[in-house]
Amino acid sequence: MTTIAPAIGQSLDRVDGRAKVTGSARYFAETPIPGISYAVLVGSRIANGRITGIDAGDARAEEGVLAVLTHENLPSIAEQPPLIPSLGGTAAPGQTFFPMQDDVVHYAGQHIAIVVADTLERAQYAASLIRVSYEERPPLVTLDQGRDQAYVPDRVFGGWLPGRVSRGDIETGLAAADVRVDTTFSYAANNHNPLEPSGTTAEWDGDEVLLHDATQGVNATQITVARQLGIPLSKIRVIGHYVGGSFGSKAMIHDHAALAALAAREVGRPVKLVLTREQMFTSVGHREEQEQRITLGATRDGRLTGIRHHKLSPTSHFDDWAEPSLGVSPEIYGCPNFDGVYRIFRANTMTPTFMRAPGEASGMFALECAMDELAGELGMDPIELRERNLSAVSPSSGRPWSSSGLLECYRRGAERFGWEGRDPRPGRRREGNWLIGTGMASAGYPVVLPPNPQRARARMYADGTAVVQAATPDFGTGVATVMTQVAADALGMSLDRCRFENGDTDLPNIAAAVGSAGSGMISAAVHSAATALRNQLIAQATGDSNSPLYGADPVDVVVQDGVMTAGTARESYAELLQRDVQPDAEATGTWSPPGGDPGYGMMTFGAQFAEVAVDAELGLVRVRRLTGAFAPGRVLNPKLARSQLMGGMLWGLGQALLEANHMHPRTGRWAGASLGEYLVAVNADAPDVDVELVEVEDSVVNPLGVKGVGEIGQVGVAAAIANAVHHATGRRVRKLPIAIEDLL
Amino acid sequence: MRPITYSRATDTATAVAAVSADPTSDFLAGGTTEIDLLRQNVLHPRRLVDINQLPLTGVELLPDGGVRIGALARMSEVAATPVVRERYPLISQALELGASAQLRHMASMGGNLLQRVRCSYFRDAESPCNKREPGAGCSAIDGFSRGHAVLGTSEHCIATHPSDVAVALMALDATVHTLGPSGERSYAFDDFFLLPGDSPHREHPMAHGELITAIEVPAAPVARNSLYLKVRDRESYEFALVSVAAALSVVDGTIADVRVALGGVATKPWRAWRVEDFLIGARTVRSNFEQAARVELIEARPTPMNAFKAELAQRTIVRALDTLTGDPGRSAS
Repeated sequence: MTTIAPAIGQSLDRVDGRAKVTGSARYFAETPIPGISYAVLVGSRIANGRITGIDAGDARAEEGVLAVLTHENLPSIAEQPPLIPSLGGTAAPGQTFFPMQDDVVHYAGQHIAIVVADTLERAQYAASLIRVSYEERPPLVTLDQGRDQAYVPDRVFGGWLPGRVSRGDIETGLAAADVRVDTTFSYAANNHNPLEPSGTTAEWDGDEVLLHDATQGVNATQITVARQLGIPLSKIRVIGHYVGGSFGSKAMIHDHAALAALAAREVGRPVKLVLTREQMFTSVGHREEQEQRITLGATRDGRLTGIRHHKLSPTSHFDDWAEPSLGVSPEIYGCPNFDGVYRIFRANTMTPTFMRAPGEASGMFALECAMDELAGELGMDPIELRERNLSAVSPSSGRPWSSSGLLECYRRGAERFGWEGRDPRPGRRREGNWLIGTGMASAGYPVVLPPNPQRARARMYADGTAVVQAATPDFGTGVATVMTQVAADALGMSLDRCRFENGDTDLPNIAAAVGSAGSGMISAAVHSAATALRNQLIAQATGDSNSPLYGADPVDVVVQDGVMTAGTARESYAELLQRDVQPDAEATGTWSPPGGDPGYGMMTFGAQFAEVAVDAELGLVRVRRLTGAFAPGRVLNPKLARSQLMGGMLWGLGQALLEANHMHPRTGRWAGASLGEYLVAVNADAPDVDVELVEVEDSVVNPLGVKGVGEIGQVGVAAAIANAVHHATGRRVRKLPIAIEDLL
Repeated sequence: MRPITYSRATDTATAVAAVSADPTSDFLAGGTTEIDLLRQNVLHPRRLVDINQLPLTGVELLPDGGVRIGALARMSEVAATPVVRERYPLISQALELGASAQLRHMASMGGNLLQRVRCSYFRDAESPCNKREPGAGCSAIDGFSRGHAVLGTSEHCIATHPSDVAVALMALDATVHTLGPSGERSYAFDDFFLLPGDSPHREHPMAHGELITAIEVPAAPVARNSLYLKVRDRESYEFALVSVAAALSVVDGTIADVRVALGGVATKPWRAWRVEDFLIGARTVRSNFEQAARVELIEARPTPMNAFKAELAQRTIVRALDTLTGDPGRSAS
């Protein structure tokens, strides 16, 4: 393959696609480890109280059982570091709580015992023989139970965001409005269910431990488990090449990773611990049940004068967590007055966590449904209303956008969708039993930068092939593919001579790929490393009297297909290294994100459009088509970008119509802890999904101007669908998911 | 390891004898629900007798024009049988709207009738459940009961019977044939499914070790104009919130024969006798359908969370009957 055109921007197939579909790609649990043993976790039946006794006699007596560990005999951990989002590059436990340190039960499913046996089946059976007695107290789990105990925390989201955000004067702003919309939205809790459940294998060699982990960041696992075990970072290595999806469930390091290491140390054998599907509902966080109230004020000509956005949600006993639902509403429209407040209460739940578009997906549902209502009140087209409130600067900071593209997203999305000429009156289109409606919404997702440097390494071998390395796992995003493209362009090589190696803490450090930050920060580090290596090899050639390039000005040297050229002088990387009898050359690249105030507002924008059919008599909603136009900066690989955006939009469909879980008010247990009860969209629900990429140039966010596509695809979809349901039927459903009973 | 003895039976009498002799044993057919429940520690058999090799397969045409469906015929096989498609569209539709293609290839017809409820509290071995553990209490009544039953409930259990095809068979007055320790028996379909009452753990009248051998569906000319209408949140692969199996025969604008059964709303496949009684001899006008549906749901006992089902069931009945009336190409008259 030759690459006259740059590799970046090509719709390259996944470099690991064949390995994945043929099954040769090894996920953590498939790594063959001699002498492996199997750990099974036991979760608490009750949601609140204490353990008064654990009878593990029968379990211990079972053949093949190596250990039963409970709070009574599990060695204490060294410390439990506080919850800090894993992008921070520090320890990143999913909650500021580690189980099995005492007899207190804070939530149903809390891990209270580990059984290790020589086979999985023996471990499972022995686990079923453990008898636990409890002193049980009534739990507090639902919004209605905890509403009266809510407080406004100083900080939320692992301390990264304030509990109250405001600018201007909201009362004045709303008082100045000609039209006001004041609505409350309720949301069921959501659980992530990637195909691959979470889990860890642990293998000790003396005082060193090797973990194979399903994680969004091997370094995050390394740092977190090292702190919990009290061992030096140099004694723990974490491998995670392939990860079978995450959606935030593997963004933080949950306790099973350290528990696997502790269990392996206890039994003196390698241990594999894989969560069951049911345990995925109680072990890796979730999107919290919540309620949001939005008040919008606007002038008769559609200018927003005030936005008030309050949220109420349960958190755990350990952390002031709320997903940041109030992050986009103060930013996406120019409005001088904003008031945002998080109210939370302590409940018998584990700390909720990141779930795809964490906060943005729920917050923008409220804002964008309210905007649709406002457009109706004003008799204005929904897109026109939004365009009138576009802001050329970040409304909270007054700084210009590093790039936007929002207006272009509205226009191109509307054109592709066929928005023009829409009759705004609800309930006008009917096809048989189906009422047809269309709706739209804005999408916004902040560009989040890691706070510390990101690194990669590039190595050129004397045969002219290159390996570029960074620690990051590939959890289905296609990062290994796009980084091959980035490396090939920076090195001036064809794609087939470049390989990207990843998923190992022995490789240069990259923060966990969360918050749609992965492609931006990893491409910056890879680009930096590959560019450094190219410059190093050019300098070597131009400074080497034996090279045809000797004496050329390095800035005049161009490289293509691995051949350095200056005027008529040419030499390939391979020729250079072979002549100098040099087996390889290597360079490390570091990208230091702009710290502090970059001087710009940074946000990814998009616009969502939906057409729905509603059988109003039977309450059925079927989405007929979705169009999304997004401006994610530079698109490294359109095929993969579309694929992620499409997946995000289908998640939005699931959020709108299907995904819901509910805790039992008396037992504190989830009602639907299986994929039989917790519904996600299936193929039959998936409509035509049309994705439009609006490329915008951005020289601020990172060297390649990449803003990420992991989450923006989901933001706004649920609102577009709800607005379409209103257009079809005239009914406003202010809850998620929108269910049959809401439309009868 | 969990001690389970597995054996494969090659003749029906031996299978029945094996299970009858051991109270901790169960039959294993397609296993599509049973294996899940074993893994979830909801069922605890110590012996499984695999009956998949027994000669209880196939769909046989009966002299009177009905069909005899072997207990081990797979859902997909029955749905695809031409005589079923032609004479009993409601059966093939109910089958094809159930489960997924993979499950329909595995699941047997007998197992389908005996499948356990989808109540998440029954399936969570840690939640109190009278069906799983008599006397433990019902978690659904004050829990998340959106999918639960509104008809045939008791203060001990409100779990919905999950089968689709059983609803169609209920409408057709099918008969369940069994072989048990005391010989062959047959049950009228309506008698085969027990209301929970104060013993929700008893779901059918069979003795331990009694095995379904066949399901007989009598000839029913009315069934040629029939349908199965299933209302659910997800377009595919979900149990019904409400379903209606209906068959209708109209002569000169008057209803000559009608069959209606409901799924998703009751603790057993629910024959809508009141609908049928009301409609026989009535004109095929929407107001009659509405009134018939209202009469059927008068005794609905919903929870606050599933109150919508009473209304949704009525609307679904009306839609089903409207559909059967509205398409002259499929009229039986």
